Amino acid sequence: MSSQSGSALSRSYERIRTSQRFQKRLSLAIRLVIALLLIVFAIFPVLWIISASFDNANSLATQSLIPPNTGIMNYQRLFNLDPTFRFGDLNYWAWLWNSIKISGITTILSLSITTMAAYAFSRLRFAGRVAMLKGILLIQAFPNLLAVVAIFLLVSQMGNIIPALGLNSHTGLIMVYLGGSMGLNIWLMKGFLDTIPRAIDESGKIDGASNWQIFTRLLLPLLRPILVVIGLLGFIGTYGDFLIARLLLNKVDQYTLMVGLQIFTAGQFDKKWGVFAAGALIGALPILILYLSLQDQIAGGLTVGAVKE
Amino acid sequence: MKYTSASERPKSPKMPGESPFSKLIRVILILAFDVGIVWFISNAVINDYIQLVVILAVIGVMFNVIFLVSKAYPYRWMAFGLAFMILFTIYPILFTIYVAFTNYGDGHLLTKDQAVAAIQKVTYLPETGNSYTWTAYKSGEGEYALWLVNPDGESFLAKPGEEIKPAKPGDPGIGKADSKGIPASLEGYQRLNALVAASNKDLPNIKFGLEGDQIIQIRSPKEAAELEIRYVYDKAAGSLLDQSNGDIYNDVFGTFTTKDGKTIIPGYRAVVGFKNFVEFVTSPALRGPLVRILTWNFIFPMVSVLSTFFLGLAIAIMFNDKDFPLKKLIRTFLLVPYAIPSVITILIWRGMFNSEFGIINRILDSTIGVSPHWTTEPIWAQIGVLIVNLWLGFPYMMLITSGALQSISAELYEAATVDGAGPWQRFRKITLPLLLVAVGPLLIASYIFNFNNFGLIYLFIGGGPPIVGASTNAGHTDILISYVWKLAFESGGRGVQYGLASAISIFLFIFVGAITLFQYRFTNMWEEVSENV
Repeated sequence: MSSQSGSALSRSYERIRTSQRFQKRLSLAIRLVIALLLIVFAIFPVLWIISASFDNANSLATQSLIPPNTGIMNYQRLFNLDPTFRFGDLNYWAWLWNSIKISGITTILSLSITTMAAYAFSRLRFAGRVAMLKGILLIQAFPNLLAVVAIFLLVSQMGNIIPALGLNSHTGLIMVYLGGSMGLNIWLMKGFLDTIPRAIDESGKIDGASNWQIFTRLLLPLLRPILVVIGLLGFIGTYGDFLIARLLLNKVDQYTLMVGLQIFTAGQFDKKWGVFAAGALIGALPILILYLSLQDQIAGGLTVGAVKE
Repeated sequence: MKYTSASERPKSPKMPGESPFSKLIRVILILAFDVGIVWFISNAVINDYIQLVVILAVIGVMFNVIFLVSKAYPYRWMAFGLAFMILFTIYPILFTIYVAFTNYGDGHLLTKDQAVAAIQKVTYLPETGNSYTWTAYKSGEGEYALWLVNPDGESFLAKPGEEIKPAKPGDPGIGKADSKGIPASLEGYQRLNALVAASNKDLPNIKFGLEGDQIIQIRSPKEAAELEIRYVYDKAAGSLLDQSNGDIYNDVFGTFTTKDGKTIIPGYRAVVGFKNFVEFVTSPALRGPLVRILTWNFIFPMVSVLSTFFLGLAIAIMFNDKDFPLKKLIRTFLLVPYAIPSVITILIWRGMFNSEFGIINRILDSTIGVSPHWTTEPIWAQIGVLIVNLWLGFPYMMLITSGALQSISAELYEAATVDGAGPWQRFRKITLPLLLVAVGPLLIASYIFNFNNFGLIYLFIGGGPPIVGASTNAGHTDILISYVWKLAFESGGRGVQYGLASAISIFLFIFVGAITLFQYRFTNMWEEVSENV
């Protein structure tokens, strides 16, 4: 009897276990299906634009996911190699180059500005230090994109004195970007510098090194990994900026890629869809790859408080 | 110079030993800087950019102090950053406040001197006074010439854009006189019959003669007369007299206005007090749209943050399982919307949402037989914006919530399970509160970001569809920042309105500043500053 009831018990245990395993499998299957749906939602626009870029018909209306007449004509049109497609304001190479140039210069200069300021805040003691740190935080609360009107008037006034600093100049644009660089990144960088033991500085001082030498020879090499990440994120941010660039640039050859693509799509979008798709892909892919390869660092850095713009 | 511990460091560091050579270089560089900035400031003075002069002077003095006073040495490390911050972040805020209290905009773009000078160039055709009789000639290319005779019998030849010169029949290029003493023809021109000339509609609008010298215009079929300066400026009274009818225009806040409300364009830019703000409250054509825009400006980021947060959180919870297969790959795919510059993806969505040809309406039409008008119907436009923003924003929320989830201790859940809490209770009582503490500040930041999400609104739909009855080109999906943009840079409706746009910008400053400061309190950032020195 006892053995019979014992085996009945173990059988029912067995049943529970299999049902638990079944439930677990079911839940996994459901979650995989949901994951699949989410992935479709997430990447459909990208797939759609890839398909559009290889659709020689170059039309929004007739596009299907697998285009019937596949080819690279849209890419040829994008680089003005197709004599039958002429769009006066299309200068893709210049836009791409402008974007890379402006983002690169802005990134390097703003990194220099923030790292040096962070060094002073972390290593030097001076009157007004805390007030200054708080002030930077306070001003950070008012992003300069809110003052579009004033920035436009300021830059056009400067341009009336020195045209190279005014509207339609990349110098003016970069300077406005740099105006926003004294912000959260100083905090971030100061935080990293604070974690580097001061003993390193002291040893440099004993050897007679100046502050500048300590900064460039001892501290910068230690900061390199974080500089690379902050720099890449800054590059991506500037590369993707639309508002300030659109505000200050109004000549076709001076556009950044984002401004150029927007102007290109204005009016009769459905007849330039394929060409736009080609341009969008070329502009997006490097950033996409950069981002996805940096995703762990980005996920880590997000909790510091930076929001992607 | 020997410190045993960090606390013994002197309060202000001395200038480290500097060689005479580097000192020389420093002084030379600062001198060069001074020459440059003084030149720049003097040009700003010439152009009457008073505010710019002040801020540049501040920066100039600051640089000299920082680089010449050895006590200010630490500030050398941030001098350029400070200069850029002052010029491009602080100054624009102050300048916005100033512009908000002026009439700066179309019709008031000039300074007072420029405006008065421009007005004084305006001419008119007097109805009485010196006049000429005229005869018209027309060339093969359709150009006109006039033969003018004044009451003294002197004759002149006048062509548009050329100086008016005395001429006589029989001169080179001029034909013989007819019975009335008027040349029968001009070289290259043919004489118009008086009747044809009188009925010609172009002739009375043509200005004969050289601008700035002497202009003659046809006044009637018989007479042509010299244009005269219309307005006379009375410097002492600051008023203008219209010589054509004797009206007096007084200077009312930069606009020359008569007693019965007639104005002259251009006026000049001047401080007008609270006029811009008052206008937004009192003018129905401005107030109505502004209320709509404000309402949407609060709803849009709220719905966006909530929708992205809950979708991101749901995904994070679903995959918060170490054994989940392909976890890394799935995450990579789900990050795609976050990893592409949003300008590009918003434009892609714009194409996909095209009401006629877009894939979304093609799918909707073939499956459930509806095709919403995403660009022309306000409610669908707003829904479209929210869908696109959900797509753009959920990966970010997924990242931050999954990070925060992992930091919640598993023991809490075990304890709750032992106490008999179900999954929903565990979520409500443990996950959500702890999560909100961790990501709360980021949600506020996301709210602020979307509050000013110009790119999405402008690129996806341009703020449209337009609000009917608005005197400016305000639209149903416009938020304040895109409305500011339209007021300032798109000359629809009332034309460019820097003053009105800046008045709204001030509201943006106040609101965004207040929320951010609240956020700092929330995260104890201020306290950290004071402690973490």
